[in-house]
Amino acid sequence: MDKRFADLAAEGRPALVTYFMGGDPDFETSLAIMKALPSAGADIIELGMPFSDPMADGPAIQLAGQRALKGGQTLKKTLEIARRFRADDQHTPIVMMGYYNPIYIYGVERFLDDALEAGIDGLIVVDLPPEMDDELCIPALKKDINFIRLATPTTDDKRLPKVLENTSGFVYYVSMNGITGSALPDPSVVGGAVQRIKGHTQLPVCVGFGVKTAEHARAIGASADGVVVGTAIVNQVASSLSEDGKSTGATVPGVEALVRGLSAGVRSARLVAAE
Amino acid sequence: MNETPKLNSFRSGPDEDGRFGIFGGRFVAETLMPLILDLQDEWNKAKTDPEFQAELKHLGAHYIGRPSPLYFAERLTEHLGGAKIYFKREELNHTGSHKINNCIGQILLAKRMGKTRIIAETGAGQHGVASATVAARFGLPCVVYMGATDVERQAPNVFRMKLLGAEVKPVTAGSGTLKDAMNEALRDWVTNVDSTYYLIGTAAGPHPYPELVRDFQSVIGTEAREQMLEAEGRLPDLVIAAVGGGSNAIGIFHPFLDDESVRIVGVEAGGKGLEGDEHCASITAGSPGVLHGNRTYLLQDSDGQIKEGHSISAGLDYPGIGPEHSWLADIGRVEYVPIMDHEALEAFQLLTRLEGIIPALEPSHAIAEVIKRAPKMGKDEIILMNLSGRGDKDIFTVGKILGMGL
Repeated sequence: MDKRFADLAAEGRPALVTYFMGGDPDFETSLAIMKALPSAGADIIELGMPFSDPMADGPAIQLAGQRALKGGQTLKKTLEIARRFRADDQHTPIVMMGYYNPIYIYGVERFLDDALEAGIDGLIVVDLPPEMDDELCIPALKKDINFIRLATPTTDDKRLPKVLENTSGFVYYVSMNGITGSALPDPSVVGGAVQRIKGHTQLPVCVGFGVKTAEHARAIGASADGVVVGTAIVNQVASSLSEDGKSTGATVPGVEALVRGLSAGVRSARLVAAE
Repeated sequence: MNETPKLNSFRSGPDEDGRFGIFGGRFVAETLMPLILDLQDEWNKAKTDPEFQAELKHLGAHYIGRPSPLYFAERLTEHLGGAKIYFKREELNHTGSHKINNCIGQILLAKRMGKTRIIAETGAGQHGVASATVAARFGLPCVVYMGATDVERQAPNVFRMKLLGAEVKPVTAGSGTLKDAMNEALRDWVTNVDSTYYLIGTAAGPHPYPELVRDFQSVIGTEAREQMLEAEGRLPDLVIAAVGGGSNAIGIFHPFLDDESVRIVGVEAGGKGLEGDEHCASITAGSPGVLHGNRTYLLQDSDGQIKEGHSISAGLDYPGIGPEHSWLADIGRVEYVPIMDHEALEAFQLLTRLEGIIPALEPSHAIAEVIKRAPKMGKDEIILMNLSGRGDKDIFTVGKILGMGL
């Protein structure tokens, strides 16, 4: 992961971080989506772990999780998606993102061992703030799996050091107080927030929540080290499905086309910044 | 000789991280952490602020109607032919249940914190009504999240909330019950964290909620303990309460936890039986997991996905339980047992006919346990039960089941 960010910095552009939901709408389709992401321009992949009660997510990701669970997705199968992807692609960093309970039930040590074996580079677990670091963060760091923390507009300068203390890989800045899929806030405000965080850490800062189009990606990418797109991809999957919720011939190509557009956005981001 | 200090107390939890043994904690998104820490600071100050305590006491006496009576249920006692049965009459409180005790306390905290908007989740609607009530009393706008299924089966309370000026938002996600309402309330809170106070209705959620809700509800047990000593000159042998999230139960249990002679029983919703998934017996039939900010017993599958649960009583229809109950179960201080829908329904009817009290379906579960236990106990023994809410809201549900059109 560190190498990926270093390479991108040398290239002079931010990373495109793409989120999709593991198992949405079924195992094979979501594996095909994951395999298609790097060539479409994704630099880092966030692999969503479905959970029945995603408290920080908006309707789009809630529904994606429900589709995946209905299709029989489990944490074991989500790890299997990563493993199968890793067999063909040894370079694209994979970050698993979700909620703690399925990991807790799977067993923390067993999960970390299986994640390492599957080629996972990092974890984002929404409901584990620094106060809960003993649960998963510290055990993950001991096994050299990055633990990526969310920082939000409510994370003030007093709290930032605590949030950053055990963070590695990158910092995920949540651009607004809210749930995934909300409207994008003013990029200049986001830019200021990114600078504030950079005042506290050497880690790359990626920005997510609200980035839906190539335009957004370009605007946010002007200041951030990476741009996270999730809801737009999940919506693209949803809109391609048949009436009974099955994948169609348009599902994977639709995601590819969207990511290609977003990729063009981040690739021109610093040109905007230089203007 | 110095008196040996009491080394072990069941009443000293949680620790500073909000843990009761392995249970509790603060499993929330980063956006909420600063607010939760603020709330904890404010609560720590309020606890020892005489002005806060005086206002709480004043509103308790003049607005809620405290102390609630301790009532000897003579006819039920006679009918069952065993232990003497006493009810702590929380159903006589303003708004008809114990929920108001917590709401008054928390809205005073919200006011101290300068919050200008109240949100709440509700199952049966009792907490929603109590929240809407205190929001009206203190002039704050209030949004109540309620599962769509519950909106339908608790129509009178929905109308009450609207009359009180609250906005009721039906939640269709999941099975449209309390769990889904809580998810939606958390989403609202994350979005409006600057202005909004989340008035959680039960002794669950991230620390400090389980502690502060318990402390506001402990007035039930504190009063009942004194009233019992006055009425009988001794403590009860058995204390019983129904447990959904568990706020009425922890409220009456907590002041008795260190009284060794007092057995304590929490009654979970057994729904249609524990064999399938149609129940809400988190402790009896669940396992520890993490949901809604705390680690506690949950109904979940082998992949850690939360199940929906079922109960005839909307107020017990929650797949988790407050973390302190999980701890009390694990250490064996409190026994938790299930009562089925049909048993609660029979108890509901029996109490109505024998004592002229229409109980809510939630405490009807506790009454059903009293009906099982009292005949096996001696006439010199005493049962104290928390009659946590009145049943007016449930007459439509019961009418439908009994085949009486209303």
